[in-house]
Amino acid sequence: MIIQGLAFYAFAIVLVLSGFLVISARNPVHSVLYLILAFFNAAALFILMGAEFLALILVVVYVGAVAVLFLFVVMMLDINFRELRRGFLQYLPIGAFIGLVLLAELVLLVGAWPLPEEAPAAAAALATPDPLEISNIDALGRVLYTHYAYLFLASGIVLLIAMIGAIVLTLRQRAGVRRQSIPEQVGRKRSETIEVRKVQPRTGV
Amino acid sequence: MQELSLSDLGLALPELFLACLGMVLLVYGAFRGARAAGEVAVIGSLALVLVGILVLTGSVERSTAFNGLFVVDAFAVFVKILILLGAVLGIVLAANYLKAEGIQRFEYVILLMFATLGMMMMVSANDLIALYIGLETQSLALYVMAAFHRDTLRSSEAGLKYFVLGALSSGMLLYGASMIYGYTGATGFAEIAQHLEATEGPAAVGLIVGIVFVAAGLAFKTSAVPFHMWTPDVYEGAPTPVTAFFSVAPKVAAIALFMRVLADPFGELVHDWRQIIIAISVGSMVLGAFAAINQTNIKRLMAYSSIGHVGYALIGFAAGTPEGISSVLVYMAIYLVTNVGTFAVIIAMRRRGRAVEDIADLAGLQHRQRGMTIALTIFMFSMAGIPPMAGFIGKLVVFGAAIDAGLTLLAIIGVLASVVSAFYYLRIVKVMWFDEAAEPFDKPADSSLGTVMFVSALLTVLFVAYPAPLIDSAAIAADALF
Repeated sequence: MIIQGLAFYAFAIVLVLSGFLVISARNPVHSVLYLILAFFNAAALFILMGAEFLALILVVVYVGAVAVLFLFVVMMLDINFRELRRGFLQYLPIGAFIGLVLLAELVLLVGAWPLPEEAPAAAAALATPDPLEISNIDALGRVLYTHYAYLFLASGIVLLIAMIGAIVLTLRQRAGVRRQSIPEQVGRKRSETIEVRKVQPRTGV
Repeated sequence: MQELSLSDLGLALPELFLACLGMVLLVYGAFRGARAAGEVAVIGSLALVLVGILVLTGSVERSTAFNGLFVVDAFAVFVKILILLGAVLGIVLAANYLKAEGIQRFEYVILLMFATLGMMMMVSANDLIALYIGLETQSLALYVMAAFHRDTLRSSEAGLKYFVLGALSSGMLLYGASMIYGYTGATGFAEIAQHLEATEGPAAVGLIVGIVFVAAGLAFKTSAVPFHMWTPDVYEGAPTPVTAFFSVAPKVAAIALFMRVLADPFGELVHDWRQIIIAISVGSMVLGAFAAINQTNIKRLMAYSSIGHVGYALIGFAAGTPEGISSVLVYMAIYLVTNVGTFAVIIAMRRRGRAVEDIADLAGLQHRQRGMTIALTIFMFSMAGIPPMAGFIGKLVVFGAAIDAGLTLLAIIGVLASVVSAFYYLRIVKVMWFDEAAEPFDKPADSSLGTVMFVSALLTVLFVAYPAPLIDSAAIAADALF
């Protein structure tokens, strides 16, 4: 229990610190690297809570795709981040105010949350597997391909549309590009490519 | 927890057929390359007609599939037929336009088919997750379609704007859905309704917050005020046939989804959500009436006009009665026919091979293209709600339902707004009939546009003679929600 507590505080402190460094680091590449560190720590916190599926998704999706994309954007595009950050202090009070409003809303909502004893009967009716007996990846897998098969298939179509869209909007057929065509290469005949000539000595071809 | 069964698949046969055919056509198009565009368009539109037949021959009794995620009832069947009609016309109207603009690619039809699939999933959604997945299937395809003319700045801008604002609205919808799930413990519409029936007293604040956010997300998709900002820019920037498609099929689907979500699981809370509907309805009617007055671009004008029409349709919804819902369905069906006809005229507005979009370009059209002038005059009269056109009947049933439900003030605002909007519809008629003649338009490449105009105009004029089939089937469809 103590080790768990210590691990929680270690990960949480690193998470908060790296989150702060994301917005305060001078070099944008460092910011992204701190962001990745923050994601890893958040994933570790999820594992501590027994939500290993969320932890894996966080690493795979956010570290694997989103953060790497950010890294490319930051390194490839010539964006003046100093310029973007100007007026940070000027807008700080408004930002802090909005943050407080959101916090207050969250507190109000959590305060209004139904207590366990009066929780909806529908929630109890859902057959939730016991987390001690079955890991949550296993539990999700069991409903994803059976109960929610329709949604699983439909999500596949959403991804297919995203792929078609990316190709429609960006693929350009340029003229004059020399592509490798294997059938053409294989289909070549000796007579088409090699020409045998008699060359007289001491004259050119 | 149940596995898939054959009866589930049978119930979703039209959707499955559409999805599979879309994928087959995609592969076919990818192998055939640019030459396939024409063939894919023909096969695609025939497929959509076939899907329509499958929808009609399928069950109209309320039945659910996939563990209650998917529902088929008379309401879904009615709306799906409207959507498929809009989709077929979206392909027919596009054929010549895309060729003339040099963007004839087979992906247009594929994206349109998948967007249609998403809409059909939306109107058959019986669960918050299914609702969201259907909505995203539709939206993602529509974003790409808006940017389809990728080499022009305006089209790319339209696509990007639609995408960013659409993502924002999806976020709001998801936030609302998560609140609803948190306070009812269920995502299925039937379970939510059960939970609401079981609880006594006023609904929890968090649940109301959730409903407000879901309504905001859906209002965005129907382009109702105050979530309409994207509409004029997207309608103006997108290629005209895409705009025509946008203004009918997704709008019908979004309004249908709106009605299913609020009337089905939250039917008990009608007094809570009715205020939201009344507010966005009044806002849309007033903005649609006044903001359109100053427009010179006819596509922008149609964007504001469509915002206004959504406002009128929502009047019927605000009534919250079966008559109200059926009046919305009648209104949207008439709107679809009139709007498609109007866009056929706009697509036919080409001069020396280039599309023109100003209202001034229509000047003196009666001297050159008499048939087109008469058709557009009929559509404008219908949209303004002048008897005996179909649009008049649409407004009549909507206002009637509102008055029956005791919303007299709302109906009065609706009548006043439609009087104001008559100004800009009639101005187009005046420009065509009485202004100095401008240069004539090019002859359309084939008769498809003319046929669409003729049939829509005929339906608009003759609807008053035989309105019974539409009104009766809409009434049956609306009863399915109660």
